Amino acid sequence: MESDIDMDWMKIVAAMALIMFIIFLFPRARHMMENSPKGSSSDWMGFIVPILVILLFIMLLVQLV
Amino acid sequence: MDQNYSSIGRGSQTRQAIEINKVLRNTYMLLAMTLLFSGFTATVSMMMNMPPMTYLLSVIGGMVIAMFVLPRFAHSTAGIGIVFLITGLLGFGLGPILSMYASVPNGSNIIMLSLGGTGVIFMGLSAYVLATRKDFSFLGGFLMVGFLLVLVAAVANIFLAIPAMSLMISAVVIMLMSGFILHDTSRIIHGGETNYILATIGLYMTIFNIFISLLQILGIMGGDD
Repeated sequence: MESDIDMDWMKIVAAMALIMFIIFLFPRARHMMENSPKGSSSDWMGFIVPILVILLFIMLLVQLV
Repeated sequence: MDQNYSSIGRGSQTRQAIEINKVLRNTYMLLAMTLLFSGFTATVSMMMNMPPMTYLLSVIGGMVIAMFVLPRFAHSTAGIGIVFLITGLLGFGLGPILSMYASVPNGSNIIMLSLGGTGVIFMGLSAYVLATRKDFSFLGGFLMVGFLLVLVAAVANIFLAIPAMSLMISAVVIMLMSGFILHDTSRIIHGGETNYILATIGLYMTIFNIFISLLQILGIMGGDD
């Protein structure tokens, strides 16, 4: 019973902390959205390819567990 | 005359290249030291058998210091001490999580795989940026908006507690943090980040988040959760 109350308390604190973090980050995210340079399709491919490799690597790690 | 301008330009480029290399070297050196320090505080926390709420309180404390205190001291030597305070606190918070994984069958294997996997992802992505010298500044807005959306999903899942959603959030966090490694490293090598203290804390946060997310994914998929 006491452990359930502890868990509820932790959930509420975690949710409040995340909401505060979202509020803090929101103006920065908007600023970055408005001021980031636009990437070309080759720029995006340079991002997507390593991310796909990371995905495959995680799948490999899952197989190793 | 043209020759004079050309040599002045080359001299300025050389100075900038030296400065960038210095920031990069200092960043990696401080990052290595803070990771070792985190490992030490995590071990201390495990030996002290800290309760699970230590993780939550440490993360909140670390984030508050990183957001409100560090920027004020980032341009002085006191900033280095604050980076150690933040990373030590985050490492200390990891103690109960690691104790929990270590106590389940196959848990030590999950911890070692997460640790090794995080190292491979970080070094692989850093090497990719350093070798190709691509400019990933275009990712900034995309990554920040993606991160905000993940935080909103994480808030919802605190109360919904859907394991599949936890898995999805962890996978997306790893993708986003990988993007941040590309973005932040590219900023350093293109002269966009000249403060190694801020560069270190940014890269440390990506490594920390990748490690926690990998632990969660391997813990759920390992079937020992």
